[in-house]
Amino acid sequence: MNEIEFLSWVRGPGFQIATIIFVAGLIIRLGETLLLGRKTNLAEAKGSEMSSGLRTIASRMLPPDMETFKRSTFTVTAGYIFHIGLFVTIFLFAPHILLLKDIIGFGWPSIPTQIVDAIAIVSIITLLAILAHRITDKVLRYLSGPQDYIVWLVTITPLVTGYMAFHRLGGSPVTLLALHILSVEVLMVLFPFTKLMHTFTLFLARWYNGAISGYRGVES
Amino acid sequence: MSASLKKGISALKEQVDSTVASFFSSCVHCGMCAEACLFYTETGDPERTPINKTEPLRRIWFSEYTLVGRLLKMLGLAKAVDEQLLSDWETLVYDSCTLCGRCSMVCPVGIDITDMIRKTREGMAVAGHAPNGLIGATQRAVTIGSPMGVKLPALQAQIGHIEKDTGMTIPLDVEGAEYMLLLSSMEIMNFPEFIEAVAKIFKHAGVSWTISSEAFEATNSGIQIGVSDIAAELVQRTVDAAEKLKVKTVISPECGHAYMAIRWDGPNLIGKPFNFKVRHILEVLDEFRKDGRLKLSGKEVQKLTYHDPCQIARRGGVIEEPRNLINMFADDFVEMPDTGKMNWCCGAGGGVSSNERADEIRLQVFQRKKDQLDAIHVDGIISACSNCRIHLEDGLEEYHMDMPVLSLTETIAEQLEEN
Repeated sequence: MNEIEFLSWVRGPGFQIATIIFVAGLIIRLGETLLLGRKTNLAEAKGSEMSSGLRTIASRMLPPDMETFKRSTFTVTAGYIFHIGLFVTIFLFAPHILLLKDIIGFGWPSIPTQIVDAIAIVSIITLLAILAHRITDKVLRYLSGPQDYIVWLVTITPLVTGYMAFHRLGGSPVTLLALHILSVEVLMVLFPFTKLMHTFTLFLARWYNGAISGYRGVES
Repeated sequence: MSASLKKGISALKEQVDSTVASFFSSCVHCGMCAEACLFYTETGDPERTPINKTEPLRRIWFSEYTLVGRLLKMLGLAKAVDEQLLSDWETLVYDSCTLCGRCSMVCPVGIDITDMIRKTREGMAVAGHAPNGLIGATQRAVTIGSPMGVKLPALQAQIGHIEKDTGMTIPLDVEGAEYMLLLSSMEIMNFPEFIEAVAKIFKHAGVSWTISSEAFEATNSGIQIGVSDIAAELVQRTVDAAEKLKVKTVISPECGHAYMAIRWDGPNLIGKPFNFKVRHILEVLDEFRKDGRLKLSGKEVQKLTYHDPCQIARRGGVIEEPRNLINMFADDFVEMPDTGKMNWCCGAGGGVSSNERADEIRLQVFQRKKDQLDAIHVDGIISACSNCRIHLEDGLEEYHMDMPVLSLTETIAEQLEEN
């Protein structure tokens, strides 16, 4: 397989396979979670489940209370930076928007490439710092298993390969682009079956947390 | 596999629902829950990270309720729950967690970690991996009716003393009373002043109340150890008594987990809604205040703070009420740093105080409370849980801090306007 055939494969069959696994995986994982159901609360309510659940979905997006922030400054700050960085590089980069427009039929405005470029660099550096933190912090080192490191790798790889492809660093542009697309496909295939799934399930988790607490009259 | 391990695994399976699945699916191992837990912050032991305490339940969820987990289990690659794991986790789940709920408040993806540790206890207890102190307390609760072995004659004796000292009547088994008061064994044995205080306040407010001779115990060891069948049996005793006496409201006393047990878990344990209300004593007193039935004349000039019992505040929803009440009499009330729903646990709730093995660690983690208190320099602490109260006294003594720990209900009774 030459590099043109490689690029055609990752753009064609490779992308289709990854998309099928990604979508089917999401459906299976959300299905096996939601179908378990939960019992109705029979205690007299002190607050609303629905509004508390929705409030917690939003409130846990915001910075935590001061004490928690002081105790977890790096985790919170680095978390914001790389999540915003991923969002910008994935969804606000002009070539990505064109690709998505091809698939879903509509697009949206992009932001200047130089800015996306800078944000990509910041995100890569932050993810490297996050790995160092995971290895050196005793709690994180204790909690971490192979999956935590694999997920880190498949998250940073598309950023690095994307940056390299855009700047034509270290290889032919065709090969670099193909490697970039392949790295995204690996991410998509692993997504539903790893902790990457939190992207979707955190809405359920936060809703339940808020609902459990709000039912008792406490904002969580 | 032993029969008890099988039972434990099946009890863990019963705990898995869509909340558990959403929670485990969302954990990214960020470690922030460790920093919210006094058993981690005061020991620095990473094993005590809250989410780690749920490992037995996580393994069951993964290997039984996810497609990938089931495939790995068939290939013999999924981590199993075995005797070794449960034995290793016993001290984490029971000695190093008070079910205080602080971790559930800081998790960025919203995991209610506390609820899952409580669920993990269901499997641990059935499999025979619960602390002896809690097993003993639970057995006494079932056979005698009280975890401390307090029988009716002991209550009657205390009532006799109070009636003799004050000339008031303590109503026992009065049918049709508006309120039925529950008591914790600790209040009956260590703080009978609480019963006297309630009698005074209810007389002052002109409200009818009673204690049931058949179900006066408020605490529920079944909740602490994590055996729902027993917890349900203990709740049912209260329900039967409340129905028999036809009361409108059952009052949970100054005890954290008792409130959780009867107010929030109770109807779910017995599988049907109550036909009476359940209120914490502080909610009842705050209602009296709103209705103008509570008239205080005294003022407390000492600098005071309030310790929120976890199960009453963060896990129970009674946060504003104590502050409304304290503001009626306190001239100099200050909050601790991290208060209300973010308060730090005293270190002895959730069955930790009934577990002798945890005596050392509960005093070690009291350092967190000491730091909170050191920041505000108060003359006294008010609280509303006799378990917190005893442990606060223990902790203050251990750290050579000299200040009184007051019951809010008792303090209010002392400040009542003379009729």
